[in-house]
Amino acid sequence: MYDSTPVQKTDRIPKLVKNLYAKMPEIEAARAELITESYRQTEGEPVMTRRARAFAHILENIPIIIREGELIVGSTTIAPRGCQTYPEFSYEWLEEEFDTVEHRAADPFYISEDTKQRLLKVNRYWRGKTTSELAASYMAPETIRAMKHNVFTPGNYFYNGVGHITVQYDKVLRIGYAGIRKEAEEELRHCQFGDADYASKRIFLEAVILSCDAAVTYARRYARLAEKMSGEEKDPHRKEELLRIARTCDRVPEQGAESFQEACQSFWFVQQLLQIESSGHSISPGRFDQYMYPYYRKDMDAGRLTREYAQELIDCIWVKLNDLNKCRDAVSAEGFAGYSLFQNLIVGGQTVDGRDATNDLSFMCIDASKHVFLPQPSLSIRVWNGSDQNLLLRAAELTRMGIGLPAYYNDEIIIPALVNRGLTLEDARDYDIIGCVEPQKAGKTDGWHDAAFYNMCRPLEFVFSNGYDKGELASIQTGDVESFRTFEEFYEAYQKQMNYNISLLVNADNAIDMAHRVLCPLPFESCMVDDCIKRGKAVQEGGAVYNFTGPQGFGIANVADSLYTVKKLVYEKQKITMGELRRALEMNFGQGFDADTAQEVALQVAGRLEEAGQEVTPDIVGMAVEQVLTMELPAEEKARYEQIREWIDELPKFGNDIDEVDLLAKDAAYTYTRPMETYQNPRGGIFQAGLYPVSANVPLGRQTGATPDGRLAHMPVADGVSPSAGKDVKGPTAACNSVAKLDHGIASNGTLFNMKMHPSAMEGQRGLENFVSLVRGYFDQKGMHMQFNVVDRQTLLDAQKHPEKYSGLVVRVAGYSALFTTLSKSLQDDIIRRTEQGFGR
Amino acid sequence: MNKDYLDVVGRIFDIQRYSIHDGTGIRTIVFLKGCALRCRWCCNPESQEHAIETMMVNGKPKVVGKDVTVREVMETVRRDMPYYNRSGGGLTLSGGESLLQPDFAEALLRAAKDMQVNTAMESMGFARYEVIERLLPSLDTYLMDIKHMDARKHAMYTGRENTLMLENARKIAQSHMTELIIRVPVIPGFNDTEQELLDIAQFAAALPGVRQIHILPYHSFGRGKYEGLGREYPMGDVRTPDDDKMRKYLEAIEHKTSLRCQIGG
Repeated sequence: MYDSTPVQKTDRIPKLVKNLYAKMPEIEAARAELITESYRQTEGEPVMTRRARAFAHILENIPIIIREGELIVGSTTIAPRGCQTYPEFSYEWLEEEFDTVEHRAADPFYISEDTKQRLLKVNRYWRGKTTSELAASYMAPETIRAMKHNVFTPGNYFYNGVGHITVQYDKVLRIGYAGIRKEAEEELRHCQFGDADYASKRIFLEAVILSCDAAVTYARRYARLAEKMSGEEKDPHRKEELLRIARTCDRVPEQGAESFQEACQSFWFVQQLLQIESSGHSISPGRFDQYMYPYYRKDMDAGRLTREYAQELIDCIWVKLNDLNKCRDAVSAEGFAGYSLFQNLIVGGQTVDGRDATNDLSFMCIDASKHVFLPQPSLSIRVWNGSDQNLLLRAAELTRMGIGLPAYYNDEIIIPALVNRGLTLEDARDYDIIGCVEPQKAGKTDGWHDAAFYNMCRPLEFVFSNGYDKGELASIQTGDVESFRTFEEFYEAYQKQMNYNISLLVNADNAIDMAHRVLCPLPFESCMVDDCIKRGKAVQEGGAVYNFTGPQGFGIANVADSLYTVKKLVYEKQKITMGELRRALEMNFGQGFDADTAQEVALQVAGRLEEAGQEVTPDIVGMAVEQVLTMELPAEEKARYEQIREWIDELPKFGNDIDEVDLLAKDAAYTYTRPMETYQNPRGGIFQAGLYPVSANVPLGRQTGATPDGRLAHMPVADGVSPSAGKDVKGPTAACNSVAKLDHGIASNGTLFNMKMHPSAMEGQRGLENFVSLVRGYFDQKGMHMQFNVVDRQTLLDAQKHPEKYSGLVVRVAGYSALFTTLSKSLQDDIIRRTEQGFGR
Repeated sequence: MNKDYLDVVGRIFDIQRYSIHDGTGIRTIVFLKGCALRCRWCCNPESQEHAIETMMVNGKPKVVGKDVTVREVMETVRRDMPYYNRSGGGLTLSGGESLLQPDFAEALLRAAKDMQVNTAMESMGFARYEVIERLLPSLDTYLMDIKHMDARKHAMYTGRENTLMLENARKIAQSHMTELIIRVPVIPGFNDTEQELLDIAQFAAALPGVRQIHILPYHSFGRGKYEGLGREYPMGDVRTPDDDKMRKYLEAIEHKTSLRCQIGG
């Protein structure tokens, strides 16, 4: 039985939060300088050794700080929420953005002149030595062309470390790095001179030992700093806290944790150091409530710990998770907007033997998110048929607060999906979530989740353009779109375009995979993943038990609605011809163009001229751009496009529980998920598809022309498996039913379903209960994931201005809930006024 | 089994899914068109006429009212089965007054019961008891409106006396075939005194088996619809009773009767 009584937050927590957000995050140069210094000293040594020695050199010398009032210590930068740089992966983009990074719209960072100079000095060393340069050299020219044409972007690992892992926190808590070191030494003793892998294995194990020692050294530096600070501290209470921090950092993470506080501190060093070793994000704490529980229980039973102090420690960790930060290039920053590191932490679910796993800490984790009210950790909850109702209701309370947390995950589909990928049943039951929505078995998996964004609308455009884009051949030619006599022929062309571009995506990912293996193996991370030590191989060399590559597709709703348009209007009702539709798309349904699009249209036209054997010069293109920009469509033609768009609008859309179009969406998803699972990666694993966009549906939508679902050029494409924004007009249950009709089981790298709710629709205990029933009803139909935006006044105002984007938004009116956009203006105003009163925080 | 009742045709003006404030759990509300009363505060004026009408909604004409078969309605209702199962929800008939289309209402409830779906009906009970009696075997919860105990005042504000409805309330309670819950719209200037509300509550408490009463504060959200129908809004500038007042009524009712009282549906 658990104790779920909420504990108040202490005064310390808001102070920590306030200090953390006192100023803009800053870029620091220390790590870049230290790794360069080390690399200069280790030229010619094996790369594995160089990585470990560099890691050690950084940890011995990087400036450290204990922030005011901290109980859990360990900061990667002196400035709060600052970030280090990782030139071994890529650096050019940062130099190009030196002058803009502070003022850009998405995730700006301050960078001092001094830092710029220091970085410029060391970055030079890395020219020709980065993973991104090596990866590019491994890729086929067709792949690079497809990336240039924005069919997909593998930007994540192309320019950064991989991350995306949950390591064996439980193991470090249990035996410490001293214990792991011992395992490596033991394995080393078993190496035989005659072993074929003697050299690589020995070098790897020595690198592990070096890395473990480095972690211990780093903790000791904190112990000494805490001692020193305690000597200078006047407040006797804080003095005592600092001494306790010193004692804790002297023991962990070297030794196994003996108290809950030691477990918390040990956890934190693992979490922080992984992110110093590599710039990968989505390093996810996973099932924190499970592996921390034994230490909590032991202290509680022994009377050494109060629930108040336990909660305060957890709250402190939650604050620290927001202290870690990462600067991405401007384009990626938009795709991952919100300074997010996607450190996913999940509670609830099942034990390995299939019982409900809820415990005290499951509740305390949810309460910690209420206390700190910050985006990290990305809190998640596992839901299964035997889930504790109280835990779900507590989670629903957090959802109602409007922070977008937690995300809900369905054991009943994820576990079979993982078993289908070769996990044992016990491992599958122990899954956690990486980053956004990607399931894996912690400490045994290199999932390479989030391996690329694949825009499913682009191959559709290729069907209309016969493989051309911006005036050049960018894909295979599937024939003149007007020559297809049946919908089946059209659909087949789409499949061919998909298959071809998926193979290029695989080519890109495997090239990058190889580059990381060759240049950036991670011995520290690897010592906490089975079976790396036994096999004597780093994670990047295929040391993990389970290996996957998981690139994510998005735009299903647009593709489904587009296919439906073609099927109905062109082939069945024959209201428009294919030629007309193609031209309507090219002309953006007569809605005009911006300069960028004009350029694209002109190039497209030029390309077709060239194809027809005419000569095209830059002058001709320039003139064409001018013509497109100033072009006044004949009124009649414009009216016709508007008529076509109106017909499109009247067609049923995905998201309204209408089988005919929903099943088309299911097929559309298969065009991505099915080919994907036939490919293999260099680590000996397979590809598995995900269906989610992070926030890339907005920037990548900007690179997509008008689509036959009526979407105008450059507008965002649909996010994840959600219906197109504003096209689900039958309320939440209908939208859920539509989305549940997709085959989530095959998308074992995760699916993402966004929903908007108004706080009033969740009012009172009944509101919470019905909310939980909605989640469960969706999950009963094998939906995989759900997350909620509980919207505020600002959003409602926006919904009034742009009703087309919000037609699925449910609000509570009086004795009932209704779709906001269907209400009269005066009533909407009333609800907005009410919101302001009821939910001002 | 003869399922002819699935082909019964009736007239509705809306189906609303994910309704969470009328009856238990997540529900689908089917709004039947046509009413016998003309309550001045009615927030669904488009429900009153049985005839199909055109109403202006946000500047666009919208046809209100549609003839459908029970089968067609159930095709929508059945889609939210997983949510009914999880929440104890189901189908709610509302209106208008469902009893004015008794064959259709009966068939809808029966079809829902065939699917093991929970059923509720919001109704004033304005029909001969023999008509109501036909529905009861398929009805889990009867949400019955009682607006006033005084027959004359009732007639003045709703167009009908309350005698038949009160009589039906007694008979429904005595039948013990359904859970009867009494609902009272609290309308300023009509019944918003403690005594008038208590009179209703005491009547309700005396009905066998009745344990719950809901008091629903008047609101003016229907105003725009009157405009859309080209009708004058009968309530003028009457304000919504404030929360304190509603809470006071609730306390009075719970103090003076054995009923559990709830504000809102």
